Amino acid sequence: MIKKEMIAMLLAGGQGSRLGVLTSKVAKPAVAFGGKYRIIDFPLSNCINSGVDTVGVLTQYQPLRLNTHIGIGIPWDLDRNIGGVTVLPPYEKMDSTEWYTGTANAIMQNIDYMDSYNPDYILILSGDHIYKMDYEVMLDFHKQNKADVTIAVMPVPWEEASRFGIMVTDEQRRIVDFQEKPATPESNLASMGIYIFNWKTLKEALLANADRPNLDFGMHIIPYCREKEYPLYAYEFNGYWKDVGTLYSYWQANMELVDIVPDFNLYEEYWKIYTNSKAMPPQYLSSDSEIEKSIISGGSEIYGKIYNSVIGSRVTIGRNTVVRDSIIMDDTVIGADCELEKVIIAENVKVGDQVRMGVGEETENETCPNIYNHGLCTIGEKSVIPDGVTIGKNVCISGLTSPEDYPDEKLLSGKTMIKAGD
Amino acid sequence: MRAIGIILAGGNNHGLRALSQKRAVGAMPIAGSYRAIDFVLSSMTNSKVQKVGVFTQYNAGSLNKHLSSSKWWDFGRKQGGLFVFTPTITADNGFWYRGTADAIYQNLEFLKNSHEPYVIIASADCVYKLDFNKVLEYHIDKKADITVVCKDMPKNVNVERYGTLKMNEESRIEEFEEKPLIARSNTISCGIYIIRRHQLIDMVEKCVGEERYDLVRDILIRYKDMKHIYGYKIKDYWSNIATVEDYFRTNMDFLKAETREYFFKEYPEVYSKVADLPPAKFNKGAQVKNSLVASGCIINGSVEDSVIFREAYIGNNCIIKNSIILNDVYIGDNTRIENCIIESRGTMRANSYYIGEDGIKVVVEKNDRYVI
Repeated sequence: MIKKEMIAMLLAGGQGSRLGVLTSKVAKPAVAFGGKYRIIDFPLSNCINSGVDTVGVLTQYQPLRLNTHIGIGIPWDLDRNIGGVTVLPPYEKMDSTEWYTGTANAIMQNIDYMDSYNPDYILILSGDHIYKMDYEVMLDFHKQNKADVTIAVMPVPWEEASRFGIMVTDEQRRIVDFQEKPATPESNLASMGIYIFNWKTLKEALLANADRPNLDFGMHIIPYCREKEYPLYAYEFNGYWKDVGTLYSYWQANMELVDIVPDFNLYEEYWKIYTNSKAMPPQYLSSDSEIEKSIISGGSEIYGKIYNSVIGSRVTIGRNTVVRDSIIMDDTVIGADCELEKVIIAENVKVGDQVRMGVGEETENETCPNIYNHGLCTIGEKSVIPDGVTIGKNVCISGLTSPEDYPDEKLLSGKTMIKAGD
Repeated sequence: MRAIGIILAGGNNHGLRALSQKRAVGAMPIAGSYRAIDFVLSSMTNSKVQKVGVFTQYNAGSLNKHLSSSKWWDFGRKQGGLFVFTPTITADNGFWYRGTADAIYQNLEFLKNSHEPYVIIASADCVYKLDFNKVLEYHIDKKADITVVCKDMPKNVNVERYGTLKMNEESRIEEFEEKPLIARSNTISCGIYIIRRHQLIDMVEKCVGEERYDLVRDILIRYKDMKHIYGYKIKDYWSNIATVEDYFRTNMDFLKAETREYFFKEYPEVYSKVADLPPAKFNKGAQVKNSLVASGCIINGSVEDSVIFREAYIGNNCIIKNSIILNDVYIGDNTRIENCIIESRGTMRANSYYIGEDGIKVVVEKNDRYVI
């Protein structure tokens, strides 16, 4: 009989609406990060580096890019005779049909998948964090404590603790209480959304709560396990871990990669991060180019000046264009004589010549101030920006735009322009 | 595709001087992130050749590592595949490959067990893109026994290290000389041949029976009046890398926009083993002009008119000019390098100085590297 000690279930179905236009066509885990990578590469690489070779990826929102990226798992060595990576979308059943209505609900709808590997432990992961973590060490901790559930936590500054799900533990790291976004936190250990369950416990908890709407780990399953007085432990993680759930945190995490020795170092031979990419030509830097504090991925051609930025694969940056503090994703073409500052440009965008972005006063965004803020200018994938326009801060643009969309060749700070269709 | 492929990657090469001590020519790194054999393998897979044999002998370590999986070139199939043949001692044979024809002879079963009617023979030391379907079409059209892919070299190029040939109006080859002392034509053989499989089997068996072992000398040249041997001229980019000077020039060609356009952007593309390296990183103080920089590099100094291969580290205040830095080279602070090829995995100490005074200098440095 097939036997896997631990298999991973990776929750990759969420929209990630706080990334705004970046996730209008792709699920959050498929959003590019750090030039050539996508967010899901980090948990997938962690799995294979930790010796977890069976991973179910639960998809729901806009799965096309995610599915093509994962394929049969070759880049992560997850193409296995037994196990490997399996994409698990919601499916129709004999008597009922439902979407994945919550994190735990999605896992519950795939009990058969997990059962087929006869596992002792289930590792629950989410597809929206940037970190390197050895899940095997966490499993050792789980076994040593004879825990039923282990929750990975990390210490956060006390003043920020009220933004997180906080675990209160005793000296043995056994969880005695938890508080969801508490006004007065009793601990600064924040849950990272990474759980190890004994399979028996998880299955029992899922089935006992099957009828709850929007079944969720944090809201229902963990409280249920605590009520039943199952041993719950907190595994403290002290490495780099970044939630890239908002545009600003996403931008910040990218910017941290260009530091001299970044906290999150992609250049170590140990614990490599894998991604689905073809063999890329090297990047070409022309005689007029200037590059400082930046990372640039394969196949890009740089004729302009780049400071403090993260550039994806096969990007072209025109002559005399200046790019500062920005993220530019794969296959985007930027014309000549442009000035871009604090912009996030998604894949396959065409920016004309003499375009200025991220200029002027900072004004609150008119439609979604909670998404487009901190002065960032965000351009959705496959957008077109015509020659000679000036675009402000806290702006969002998506779609094919033409000069008529820019009165006086300007789009002021705080504007949102979403053009439907192609 | 009605042909199988044979890639001759076995020979030693003195033209590459110290660079060939480490690897066979087919494994020479090209254009920042490729190896020489990628070009012929990609041309074959793009021409839908499904079954390819690579014959290796000399110093094949790097090459075998590069070919460890056939999936990069899409050869990992049930039908066909990528096969590497090294010389083995058998009950009937105890020799190394005594020549190119002998290499084929020793692996004749590979030919006999195939069903495709034609064979494409090519070497692993040239940089080009070629649609073999067109060559095969021409071969069939001409009712040729053997078709030789050839190219007119510019007048100022010294062709004495190539095979040179002359064709008549019908493109039949009338003269063929290998490494002539004085060349009588500037049309050279590109080392790519198409031949009917049964014809090749017969010729190779006969040839080795007469204790002749070389494909060019003992088959092409010897049979040129008896068999119908035709030339197929190519006009696109083709370059052989078998000398230090040609290797250097070929890499530098990729600094030209049209070469990059042709190889990197035009369909079909060139494939290589994926290295899973992070993007190249440019720190404060980096100054890069007219250069190629591959993934995994960390640049702190100044680089001009150069090709930097994967995972190179260039320290603060370094000046690199008109040079090729191969994979995983570490260059300490304040080092100056001009007109050099730095062998892979070398470690250049800080404050050192390497200048190619007359011509290109090949630098092989085996200093200790201290990495935290």
